[in-house]
Amino acid sequence: MKIVVAIKQVPSLADEVELNAEGTNLDFDAVDFVLNEWDEQAIEQAVLVKEAGSGAVTVIGVDATGELDGVLHTALAKGADAVAKVAGEFEPGLTSHAQARLLSSAIIDMAPDLVLTGVQAPDDLDGQLGPMLAALMDLPYVGVVNSVQVSGRTATVHKEYAGGLMAEFSVQLPAVIGIQAASQPPRYAPVSKVRQLAKTATIEEIETAEDELESGLSVRSMTRPVSVGHADMIAGDAKAVAGRIIAILNERGLI
Amino acid sequence: MSNDILVIAEHLDGKVADISYEMTGKARELAAALGGKVTVALLGQGMAGQAGGFASDATLVIDDPALANFNPEAYGRVIAALIAARAPRLTMLGSTSSGMDLTAWLAVRSSLPCVASVNQLAAEGDELRISSQIYGGKVAAQVSPEGGRAVVAVMAGAFPAAAGRGAGPVEQSASPVSLDGLRVTFSKLIRPEAGDIDITTYDKLVSVGRGIGGQENIELAQELAGALGAALSGSRPIIDAGWLPKTRQVGKSGLSVKPKLYLMLGISGAPEHLEGMKDAELILAVNSDPKAPIFDVAHYGSTCDLFEVTEALLEALG
Repeated sequence: MKIVVAIKQVPSLADEVELNAEGTNLDFDAVDFVLNEWDEQAIEQAVLVKEAGSGAVTVIGVDATGELDGVLHTALAKGADAVAKVAGEFEPGLTSHAQARLLSSAIIDMAPDLVLTGVQAPDDLDGQLGPMLAALMDLPYVGVVNSVQVSGRTATVHKEYAGGLMAEFSVQLPAVIGIQAASQPPRYAPVSKVRQLAKTATIEEIETAEDELESGLSVRSMTRPVSVGHADMIAGDAKAVAGRIIAILNERGLI
Repeated sequence: MSNDILVIAEHLDGKVADISYEMTGKARELAAALGGKVTVALLGQGMAGQAGGFASDATLVIDDPALANFNPEAYGRVIAALIAARAPRLTMLGSTSSGMDLTAWLAVRSSLPCVASVNQLAAEGDELRISSQIYGGKVAAQVSPEGGRAVVAVMAGAFPAAAGRGAGPVEQSASPVSLDGLRVTFSKLIRPEAGDIDITTYDKLVSVGRGIGGQENIELAQELAGALGAALSGSRPIIDAGWLPKTRQVGKSGLSVKPKLYLMLGISGAPEHLEGMKDAELILAVNSDPKAPIFDVAHYGSTCDLFEVTEALLEALG
């Protein structure tokens, strides 16, 4: 059972995001990159599938930030068996199309039984990676999945809909699955273990001949969303804010 | 290429979803500007009874047992065939659980550009101008598809549903492609487990997001909820981390709520969350980022430390 997890790094949204001077994308020099949170769920789900049966997990990404190695070492510390990156000179802000082309040509050669990836990412302007990988590799795809169980050549997956409703599907392997959440929360990787792996682990570099990397979209501008309204901001320290909130709730008979 | 617009209607549990009408209404406006027609495609089984309610030029009902419940492979095959045969200028799907399985797949299969998370669409002259909310709603990207055609995923609630309701003519059709040999099989729907409280029935909700920091801080928020006579709910990251049960999730992949009070602690307001709570009567948001999108939606806001505000509220409430 060969499980491949396709991941990408995305700008951290914990801080304010800055736009570049041209207003055509983020200022990637001014952002911190983190592993896409849904990809973190996909890594966990892959390790859970491996632990429930047998097999090996390979985590692969395109290094567009120069910082992917740390993410891959962490994946190893969480239970991945091997890590790989697509070789080449890439810049931050690669489109989903580019990611999908580069990753699919690397992953096809691995002949995987199961490909997992995060169901979405905050920078998915031109679509999500999972369905694109499936289309390029001619594999079935089910996304927004929160549970994967493999038996023989079939995966049983649960797909989330609105309002807590879910659907169960049987999917013939090989297949691509887009993970919303792993069936249990991602495990913690001790920093000491990650550091140790950073010294000893090997990251396979995979060459691809892919050069068709355009999304077919022309970006006219990126801006902060125009807001139609804005909250009445309560000034002062926490005590003043709490006092005002209590007053508002009292006015409305809510307490 | 035609100037026609293809809208992929969506249904869940036997009922056409509002997003279908929301897209149809916008499609009408675009088709009028571009000089094309609006075709709504309703894939399913036994859905013909609901097919007559769209403001379309034609509503195409494709009836097949393999389409009775959403199946990404079966639906993908049929829609790809429709795109190939009709060459629509624009194909619209919902940015929903099912639409997200299909949109990017169809775009790659049809060699067309794709735009995700679309919340504005306009035709300026002959050009499609599309706006997408990315980076958790913190950035609006304005794009145009090269070559003029695109497949887009439209956010729920972006356009009014009323404009898409009407009485367009219905055409029945068999599937244009074989649905044999599917590798994906629908097994069953799983309904939410009863047992926990139903947050949709509460007048007051205290809702926590990523800013709460860690599982150990959930108790403090629960204490505040208790003091206010509110239930505790959360945004998706809190549920995915296992800090609150799925029954407490507000937003796109959770529940839609409309309480009298929605007090938010550490929720930035990603579009997926706003979808589930924007109609609350009173929205109070405490979030340390002054540019968080939630402050565009909340009635009152504060950038104070949420823990300090919570402690102060608890003290004041005695």
